Amino acid sequence: MQILVASENSLIVYFGENVSQTISDEILHVSTFLTAHVGHTLIDLVPSYASILVIFNPLKTDHLHVRKIIKEAFQEIHNRNQDVANVYDGKTVELPVYYGEDAGPDLKLLADNAGISTQQVIDIHTSQDYRVYAIGFAPGFAYLGEVDERIAAPRLPTPRKKVPKGAVAIADRQTAVYPSQSPGGWNLIGLCPTDMFNPESQSIMPVSVGDKVRFVPIEQKQFLELGGQLPQGEVI
Amino acid sequence: MFHIITPGILSLLQDAGRYGQHAIGLTTGGPMDPLAFKWANRLLNNDTNATVIETTVGGLKLKANTDTVIAVTGAKVMLTINGDEKPQWQTLEIKNGDVIELAYATQGSRIYLSVAGGFQVPQQFESSSTVLREGIGGLNGSALTAGDELAVEKNKNVSMKKLPGECIPEYEADVTLRVIPGYQQHEFSRHDQRMFFYHEYEVSDLCDRMGYRLSGPAVNCQIDGILSEGIALGAIQIPKDGQPIILMNDRQTIGGYPKIGSVLSMDLAKLSQLTQGCKVKFEPITLDHAHNLLVLAQHKFENTQLEPLELQGEKS
Repeated sequence: MQILVASENSLIVYFGENVSQTISDEILHVSTFLTAHVGHTLIDLVPSYASILVIFNPLKTDHLHVRKIIKEAFQEIHNRNQDVANVYDGKTVELPVYYGEDAGPDLKLLADNAGISTQQVIDIHTSQDYRVYAIGFAPGFAYLGEVDERIAAPRLPTPRKKVPKGAVAIADRQTAVYPSQSPGGWNLIGLCPTDMFNPESQSIMPVSVGDKVRFVPIEQKQFLELGGQLPQGEVI
Repeated sequence: MFHIITPGILSLLQDAGRYGQHAIGLTTGGPMDPLAFKWANRLLNNDTNATVIETTVGGLKLKANTDTVIAVTGAKVMLTINGDEKPQWQTLEIKNGDVIELAYATQGSRIYLSVAGGFQVPQQFESSSTVLREGIGGLNGSALTAGDELAVEKNKNVSMKKLPGECIPEYEADVTLRVIPGYQQHEFSRHDQRMFFYHEYEVSDLCDRMGYRLSGPAVNCQIDGILSEGIALGAIQIPKDGQPIILMNDRQTIGGYPKIGSVLSMDLAKLSQLTQGCKVKFEPITLDHAHNLLVLAQHKFENTQLEPLELQGEKS
């Protein structure tokens, strides 16, 4: 663990250099500890793959105290014998996906790169649970990992100007659902009809950091019945 | 009610910002120049989180359909009410039917217009701040447009006052931004760190509420990218081309570019008042120093006494 200065009112806590479930569990644990113990002096927390940005109110506390509390949170993890993963086991959310070349223009490319069929790409993508490691970039954008190496693919050399809402995408060993239409450089393989971010709804997002996601393949008919909309015009 | 006749270049409703919502990916938004924002509300005895209009550069014209009091702070701009020039940084009485107009800023670029009681705007995620990229806040997540109606409180009793002249900020074209070194600072060689702190950079045309891209000597980082992590307000991102980007109020909440440190918030306010072609320099300061500066600035704000304006009858 390493605590570094990030700004006048934030410290960044690094838990390691790689992505792992253990680190992600520790991040959840420390976030919960900080909120419970010094929540009233904090402005916000940004958990990510292997770090937490701890933003505090400098008129209520200072970096010395925040640093001390972060260390206490770590002490607490290590004093516990039980596996923290058992304490912070998030929910599993099923997200329906309509895969197909009309829904995912890069599906064929991924299949060709791996030397497998598009159906095999779909089978691999739907065969495991993904963990929500971070939420950011845009409201409701959940970074899910880790994708099977066979279907991992680098970002496009030139990002698309318009990625449709609900696009299911892969970049390196991460996968995600675009919550709204936006520019984006990830490889598109399908469309999900579930709202990933709905400010009007009671549950704004179906997932939070620490949850698990499983993609379930559906047909175009079901996709439309579930409220999905096919993108108008070509996705370029 | 206030009726927008022309919104100008960019007019956004802003309160103090949206906090505690990073977990769902929402950014903070809020005023780019928080000091000018705070004075705009304090002059009217408003809540510190009251909603104001932030106009970038100028061109805003609006009509009051009620009697009230307003104040205009921030960038230096010609302000008129029914064509008569009026001063900034003080309360101004408004009568039903008055037309308020901002010309274009002659010094600085962010202008704040507050009204007694604040503009009455529904909150989204505990804030009225407009973030265009997210389509959140303001009126339907959008910038103000001609024909928009803004509700205000009626019959607000506000005593007439002004900010003492010596407290009015000067918006200079060249500023020194104090930086708290941090994040991936040690991934930059000593040579590159010196380069960054000893050279002048210019504000490019790529500057908006998300970030200010600067141009000048390239700063090279020894690493290409990092695992995506939380981005603090004022963080200085160094992409591959070595041209620094300072991340502002509407920044994305996480990202994977290396960062050399973060600009002090009080200086971000000055940066936000700059326009393309202005020059900036960076000066490293310690976190302890930054903390003292923030606490002192808050004490200064709280302990500054506003001066009462002479009564109308005593004028001329």
